[in-house]
Amino acid sequence: METLHFRFDAGSRPLPGAPQLVGVVSSGNLEVLIEPAALNGGCEIEVRTAANGFGATWEAVMRDFHGRWQLMDTRICINDMGATPAVVSLRLDQAVESVTGGPP
Amino acid sequence: MSSYLELSARQRIPHIFDAGSFVEFLPPGARVVSPHLAQLDAPVSFDDGVVVGRGLLDGQVVFGAAQEGGFMGGAVGEVHGAKLVGMLGRAVDEGAHAVLLLLESGGVRLHEANAGLIAVSEVMRAILDVRAAGIPVIVAVGGANGCFGGMGIAARCANMVIMSEEGRLAMSGPEVIETANGVEEFDSKDRALVWRTTGGKHRYLLGDCQVLVADDTDAFRAAAIAAVADARGSAALTLEALEAEQEMLERRIRGFGDAADPLEVWRRLGVPEPAAVPMLEADAFLAMAAQHCAGPGTGDR
Repeated sequence: METLHFRFDAGSRPLPGAPQLVGVVSSGNLEVLIEPAALNGGCEIEVRTAANGFGATWEAVMRDFHGRWQLMDTRICINDMGATPAVVSLRLDQAVESVTGGPP
Repeated sequence: MSSYLELSARQRIPHIFDAGSFVEFLPPGARVVSPHLAQLDAPVSFDDGVVVGRGLLDGQVVFGAAQEGGFMGGAVGEVHGAKLVGMLGRAVDEGAHAVLLLLESGGVRLHEANAGLIAVSEVMRAILDVRAAGIPVIVAVGGANGCFGGMGIAARCANMVIMSEEGRLAMSGPEVIETANGVEEFDSKDRALVWRTTGGKHRYLLGDCQVLVADDTDAFRAAAIAAVADARGSAALTLEALEAEQEMLERRIRGFGDAADPLEVWRRLGVPEPAAVPMLEADAFLAMAAQHCAGPGTGDR
């Protein structure tokens, strides 16, 4: 297992509503817990992944995600069992949309 | 129409309970995760693979749970089991109208060893406590991972079991039987044999499940509402019911104990075309089964 932390500032969109969980921790899949949190405007993401050594890939996927959504005051926690980058991106979008009710 | 099989546990809840009524106890945000998996450096899940809470079913207060088969096969660890036990205890305290368990589990989570074993036995006792309080317990089995091991036993502690053909219910899983007794005893790679032996249709014909539905969330919901209505008033387990069950099992062994394949069991039940049973749609199957089902009170006809 490997734990990775990311923080993005300069987001502009606070998260409305209650925490949501999407996805399942199973092979090639992941769960994403998304919730509003007072983080001085930041968006913090914690990833616990079963696949070691993919930190650079995670960072690229998270950077893309932040570019799409520009979230602020949001905490995202991920439990991963080797999901591919495309699956991670889709799950992250699903997580935000489950809170906001639609695409950006 | 929406497939029950294809949905995750969390997605099943709003389809089965009245929309928007379910309040989850210990939701994922509470992060009550397995302490054992972390020690083994294995991935955890924020709900430990089970959703528990209280909702409305056709307007009545019904407590419920949904096990997530995708996370470690729905296996029961210490936290997972404690969530089920706590929900069942609260159902008694608050005088629930019924309890509905959407089960999908391989049984005990082996990573958690004795803690998992104890958890499953506590779940069984809690189910019987709920029934003793006059509250019916209804189980639904229709997920891809089936309901096996200790949770297979727990399912049969309930008042009624609702299954789809795709659902499976048994004690030892196919791979376990093959590992312990050899491929001649049971070929776990033979999917048709596995479903003939553990699937919803066989369980229905033998009387282990009381309701068979198509793989459809609306059908499961309607069956759950009807099952609650049927079981109200006779929820508690009685000595007579236990003795009748024992007698049924004895008759089953006498009647079918030497049968090597469910096809032979169905033939002895009088099913006209046993080989055609797996291909029947739910409605056609139920019409046929009405003539030939072993049922709770019979066994060797």
